[in-house]
Formats: sequence, C-alpha cells, structure tokens
Amino acid sequence: MDYFIELFCSGLSRGAIYALIALGYTMVYGIIGLINFAHGEIYMIGAFTSFIVATVLSILGFPLLAIVALSGVAAAVWASAYGYTIEKIAYKPLRHAPRLSPLISAIGMSIFLQNYVLLAQTSDFLPFPELIPDFEFMEPIAHIVGSSDIVIFITTAVVMAVLTYVIKFTRIGKAMRATAQDRTMAMLVGINVNNIISATFIIGSALAAIGGLLIASHIGQINFYIGFLAGIKAFTAAVLGGIGSIPGAVLGSFILGLTESFATGYVSSDYEDVFAFSLLVLILLFKPSGLLGKAETQKV
Amino acid sequence: MLNLENVQAGYGNILALKNVSLNIQEGEIITLIGANGAGKSTTLMTISGVVTCRSGKILFQDKEIQKKSSDDIVKMGICQVPEGRHIFPQLTVKENLDMGAFLRNDKAEIKKDMDYVFSLFPILAERRNQDGGTLSGGEQQMLAMSRALMARPQLLLLDEPSMGLAPLVIKQIFEIIKQINKENNTTIFLVEQNANQALHIADRGYVIENGEITLTGPAKDLLSNQEVQKAYLGI
Ligand SMILES: Nc1ncnc2c1ncn2[C@@H]1O[C@H](COP(=O)(O)OP(=O)(O)OP(=O)(O)O)[C@@H](O)[C@H]1O
Ligand SMILES: [Mg+2]
Repeated sequence: MDYFIELFCSGLSRGAIYALIALGYTMVYGIIGLINFAHGEIYMIGAFTSFIVATVLSILGFPLLAIVALSGVAAAVWASAYGYTIEKIAYKPLRHAPRLSPLISAIGMSIFLQNYVLLAQTSDFLPFPELIPDFEFMEPIAHIVGSSDIVIFITTAVVMAVLTYVIKFTRIGKAMRATAQDRTMAMLVGINVNNIISATFIIGSALAAIGGLLIASHIGQINFYIGFLAGIKAFTAAVLGGIGSIPGAVLGSFILGLTESFATGYVSSDYEDVFAFSLLVLILLFKPSGLLGKAETQKV
Repeated sequence: MLNLENVQAGYGNILALKNVSLNIQEGEIITLIGANGAGKSTTLMTISGVVTCRSGKILFQDKEIQKKSSDDIVKMGICQVPEGRHIFPQLTVKENLDMGAFLRNDKAEIKKDMDYVFSLFPILAERRNQDGGTLSGGEQQMLAMSRALMARPQLLLLDEPSMGLAPLVIKQIFEIIKQINKENNTTIFLVEQNANQALHIADRGYVIENGEITLTGPAKDLLSNQEVQKAYLGI
C-alpha cells in the first residue's frame, strides 16, 4: 500500500509540472489556434535562468528562501520576455498566413532555441542546486512522499488558483476569454487584441518557467534538450484534456502524470512513454476533442 | 460626422470596395442597401478598422481614422453590431454587456446604461446569467444591439439587424433603432437587405453595387425610384 501511495504522490507532482507547461499550450491555442512548439524551450530557458541566478546567489551566500524566490521571479520574467518576443518575431507576421506556416515557424523557433542554448551554455548536463530541502517534519513519511513532491504540488495549486481568479474575474481575464471566443467581436468592443495575445504568451511562459525551476531542482540536473520531451508530454496532456480548455489541461496533466508513475512503478520505466501515448490514442479514439474539449463548431 | 472619400478595401487580392464615398451627418439615420456580396459588410468593417483601408480617407468628426486601430476607433465613439450578431457564446448575457462597456470605467453610469438596455429588452434581464450562446436568434440580436449601446456610441453601425428574424421581432428591432436615434441622438448607419423597412426609417440612403456607390438620395426618393424598386424592393 505504501508503494501505491508513493507512486500516487510522485504521479501527482509529475502531473503538476505537466500542468504548469500544458497551460501555456492550451491558452495560446485557445487565443490564436496555434500549437506553440517552442513552448517546451521556454520551460528549458526558465530552468537555465533559475540555474544561473540560484548558483550566483548561493555563491554570494543568500539564504535558501531568498534564492528560491529570486530565481523563481528571474526565471518567470526572463522566460516571459522570450515568450513575448517569440510571438512578435515568429507568429505575429504570419497571423493571416495559411495555418501550416506558423506551425512550421514554431518548430523552427524550437530548434533555434535549443541550439542557441547549446551554443551559449553547454551540451553537458549541469548539476542543479538543491533548492528544496528535505523538511524535518516530513521525516516520518519521507519514504513515501518527498518534500519536493509536496512543494511542487502546493506551488502548482497556488498558481492555478491565482490563474483561475485572473481569468474569471479580472478585466484582462475577461478580455482573454472574449478574444478566444470571437476575435473579430473582441476588436469591435475595443479590446486591443495584440496586447491580449502578448499577455497570453507572457502568462503561459511565466508558468512554464516556474515548472522549469521546480522540476530542475527535483531532478537535480538540466541541459538544453529537457524542453523537448517535457514539451511533448505537456502537449499530450493538453490534447488529452481538450486543447483550448484550461481545466482540461490540468485534468489531462494529472491523468498523464499518474499513468506514467504507475506504469513506471508496476511495469518498468522503459514503458512509461508507451503507456502515456497509448492512453492518448485511446482517449482520442473515443473522444476526439479530448476529455473536456468542445467539438469544433463552425463560427458564423 | 462621418465621411468616406474614395475608399478602397479588400481581402488578399479581392478588391471588395472599389470606390466608396459617402457622408453621414450627426443625428441622421442613413441606410446602405445592396445585393449579396456588394460590399456592405466590408464597408462597415473598414470603418471599424477591422478590414484595412487600402486607399482613400475616412474622416470621423473631421479626424482621419483610416489608419487607426479598431480599439482606438471604438474609443472615438464608433460601435458596430456585426452581421451574424457575434455574441460571445460562453460569456453570460451580463458579461456580454460588460464587454460592450470594456473601455469605460464609470461604474455608476455603466449600471445606469445596463438598466436602460434592460428596459428596452426586458427579456435580457431575465436571461442575464444565461450563456449568450444559448439565446434564441432574436434574443441574440437584442443582446448584440444592447452590447453596442453599452459603449455609448455616437455613431452606431448596424449590419443586417433583421436577418433571420420573425416579422414581429423585425418590427420591434426597427422601432428600437428609431427610439435609440431619437432619445440619445445616436447617429445610425444601417446596412440592410430588407430595403423596404430600412428606407422607411432612414433619412437618406446609399445603394452599393460591386463595391461602388451607384445611387444616393433621400429615402423617400429611393423608395419611389424605379431601379431601386425593381432591384431591391421586388416591385
Ligand atoms: N473574409 C473574406 N475573405 C475574402 N473575401 C471576402 C471576405 N469577406 C468578404 N469577402 C468578399 O468581399 C465581397 C464583399 O463582401 P461583403 O461581405 O462586404 O458583402 P455584403 O454586401 O455584406 O453581402 P451580404 O449581403 O451577403 O452580407 C464579396 O465578394 C465577398 O466574397
Ligand atoms: Mg454582409
């Protein structure tokens, strides 16, 4: 039973990380109907930024809490700057082009960013400082659930709550929903659609960067390629839940995280991806629009 | 109040507006009639800044607006109820109305305007917490007009407000257009297939064919014009 709970907890924290990344995919898709394939790289850049800031601060002897907070903020800000710029350079000029063009541009951006980090940093794995210590009060259950799993889960829950509030109740949140539902009409009521699209990229990038910090500190190492698989997995989760749907992305992420965790624990880690993608195929067979996705309706 | 001078606009390599010039004075109801595909909706979208004006000038209160962004144009006081209503389907009736007042922050006045549109269309008050997408066609048209009124426009662009509605509802919608024009002194630019009704409430009218204005005059004259009768009134 302990083993089951252990797998369950690690599945939840895995799902939480996927959710932080998947939200960016689903929000961008909801607003401009584009799969932003460079989103995994944003997460990777978030991890590198927090790595650099955390390393510098720990050399300077900052307390751990300050290191976590400052590197988190730095990662979110820096990654947002990348997300914002990517949209302006690679997608905005193609907004009226055929659908395939921005998709190809996104793949190009992804490859470019990987190679850029490879050249600017290194191809080796870098040891990531342990930002989340083992809490003393966790001692009795430490063999079942690790401190970092708890931190990841709680951080994600807080971030989700804030995001839900922003989207439901704030002016910018309402404008985002309106733009996602009907862009022409959003323009006609006076919403600056370009700003809303930028805001979406910024928010999605900040979330992915926080995910990057959490996972890097959990696993303990990073390199330029970590964004690729994490991006594919989070994208899978978003599609599983119904691309464009925010609750769908969260649900899909947890289902995927748990599936992988149990597959690894009870079968073999060699098969975790097989299970993950079989699940995707299975769900899409029965519900092509994803669990909470809406079937594409023709707009008049 | 609004002047279009030799406006050209289109989509890709389609030139939908070849040469459109027209003017609207403050307080008027002006109608634009024309066949399917003549360029009526494109005219409104170009005024609103959604479709790019390729050449010519659009002046609103003597300021050039053809290069301005759509949100700046709304800020200046031009609002549009587009063809097909474009209700935000997953926003409630109340939220749809809030979106209409997106650029305003005078809370008390917004509340007043919401009460006003609820008095125009009591059914919307009943449905205020229902998703916009679940309303009937007529109710959606009422909501679309109300949403535009929430911006307190000086110039209201209406694109086929009678499309797909029952005769009784059409009559009600036209009554309300007249009422909005009288009570708030809102200038109205009305695009209609329903030329007969439109010419009956309008002061003046324009006829558009293949992206060009071919005829203009007082609504009364157009109603008795033989060509108009043949082409648009089915007489
Ligand atoms: N988004 C678009 N892309 C390409 N061509 C378009 C687009 N919208 C309109 N057109 C073309 O521009 C021309 C004018 O269209 P517009 O919608 O302005 O006509 P309309 O007078 O409003 O017609 P209707 O009475 O049917 O609404 C048409 O030939 C139409 O095919
Ligand atoms: Mg039209």
